[in-house]
Amino acid sequence: MTVVSAKTLGLTFHTNDGDVVALSDVSLDIEKGEFVSFIGPSGCGKTTFLRTIADLEQPTSGTLTINGMTPSEARQKRAYGYVFQSPALFPWRTIEKNVALPLEIMGYPDADKKARIARTMELVNLTGFERKYPWQLSGGMQQRASIARALSFDADLLLMDEPFGALDEIVRDHLNSELLKLWARTQKTIAFVTHSIPEAAYLSTKIVVMSPRPGRVTDIITSTLPSERPLDIRESPEFLAIAHRVREGLRAGHSYEETA
Amino acid sequence: MTAIWRSRSFAVVAVVAVLIVVWYLGAVLLNLQPQLDTYQRSGAAVPALPQLINDLWSQAKPILPAPHQVLGEVWNATAAQDITSKRSLLLQGWITLEGTVLGFLIGTALGLLLAVYIVHNEAANRSLMPWIIASQTIPILAIAPMLVVGFNAIGLMGLLPKALISTYLSFFPIVVGMVKGFRSPDQMQLDLMRTYNASRWTVFWKLRWPASTPFLFTSMKVGVAIALIGALVAELTYTGGGGLGVRLLTGSYNGQTVVMWAVLVVAATLAAALVVAVGLAERLTLRGMGAQPA
Repeated sequence: MTVVSAKTLGLTFHTNDGDVVALSDVSLDIEKGEFVSFIGPSGCGKTTFLRTIADLEQPTSGTLTINGMTPSEARQKRAYGYVFQSPALFPWRTIEKNVALPLEIMGYPDADKKARIARTMELVNLTGFERKYPWQLSGGMQQRASIARALSFDADLLLMDEPFGALDEIVRDHLNSELLKLWARTQKTIAFVTHSIPEAAYLSTKIVVMSPRPGRVTDIITSTLPSERPLDIRESPEFLAIAHRVREGLRAGHSYEETA
Repeated sequence: MTAIWRSRSFAVVAVVAVLIVVWYLGAVLLNLQPQLDTYQRSGAAVPALPQLINDLWSQAKPILPAPHQVLGEVWNATAAQDITSKRSLLLQGWITLEGTVLGFLIGTALGLLLAVYIVHNEAANRSLMPWIIASQTIPILAIAPMLVVGFNAIGLMGLLPKALISTYLSFFPIVVGMVKGFRSPDQMQLDLMRTYNASRWTVFWKLRWPASTPFLFTSMKVGVAIALIGALVAELTYTGGGGLGVRLLTGSYNGQTVVMWAVLVVAATLAAALVVAVGLAERLTLRGMGAQPA
């Protein structure tokens, strides 16, 4: 079943410096249960594409459907959970209250709310930190809390915009393997934006390589890695071959050239 | 040993000590010529320095009363005075406090309503803000009598007109502060609420309102202090109701500088107490909201 379907999608921003083509002729499908990474240098439109799926930006041409609905309908049906670049936790709420935020807004009954908080906190390994305030947690834990918040209302689609970009590499490795376990347990469809080649190669079932000016898709790579992925799979020849192909895709899109 | 020099209380004490010394010196310099004139008129010789200084610091109507004269008057007009007497600065202070607090509460409510409206309505943002700013460029001393007379004409008398002058001054910092406060959530937090398909009402109560709490208290500290100024100015205009402003005015008519200074000390203490009270409420509230200890 196709969850996200984009056909010749285009998005042009009108700025004071003239038009910026953020997305040009993007066509791709995300199937149910896939883990799709979007990789490319800044300005390639990967975040814009994710925001368009989330109805946070409006495409200027082409069509985009989520579960067969328009992005706006999908948003109103709360069809996805969104994880931002920074945790964006509300500092005046405890961690459990932050996780409860979407549940409150969507009007879940109290008992159900409690059960969902307990379950998602356990999913992201934050059990025991319910009553802490965000500032009492490390950056990695805060981002896990924000993932719990996105999972709490059980949307089938999880949109993640460079969720681990601000974290150091050791924490990032750990969270990557946690995320894979979480994905396996929840069977979610995940769209994941990153600018780390190893991260994309390690996590994904499908990697979408993008390039800037105009933002477009230069390659779509289907992963040959098994679904069981220990951290040291990243030294295997299959992994290196995928990383190599990603790099080739980036080079083909002139992503390595200096621009003023 | 060096710790005492760096401590905050030492700095406060040191500044106060310097101020007191300067004040006493000022009392000598400013009161000297009138005192010499007095000696000349009565034909007395200028006395020796200790007596001269004593005379300078104990005049009945000095240009600048010495600190101990002012504190003596404060004592006489508060602790040593029957609280029901018109001369009691506790009574007059209470009258001023009533107007201040009522006006401040109305001003805070008005300021909040305006800020909510401005943040949610672009037309209001463009049309209201210039008027709100213009309202504060009119000297309060000029507008207060007109407001009091106008309120009188429609049958509003006593506490409320006075409070409304306080409102006029105190709503302003609340509007300005809270417009900024309601806009303080970052784009990511607003986007997050949008992904939940949250209504504007929900975004306000769950995000904008709690995010603006620190702004509210900062604005309230400014607002409560100028609300007191508003009440004093209103009392200068409408003397029938009493209050510290009236004592200030009668003191000024009669050249009772010691009384005027005593009123100033009481008014300043009142203002400080109000600001401290708001500060205390702020600390309790922010602690309740899980703020990181400074």
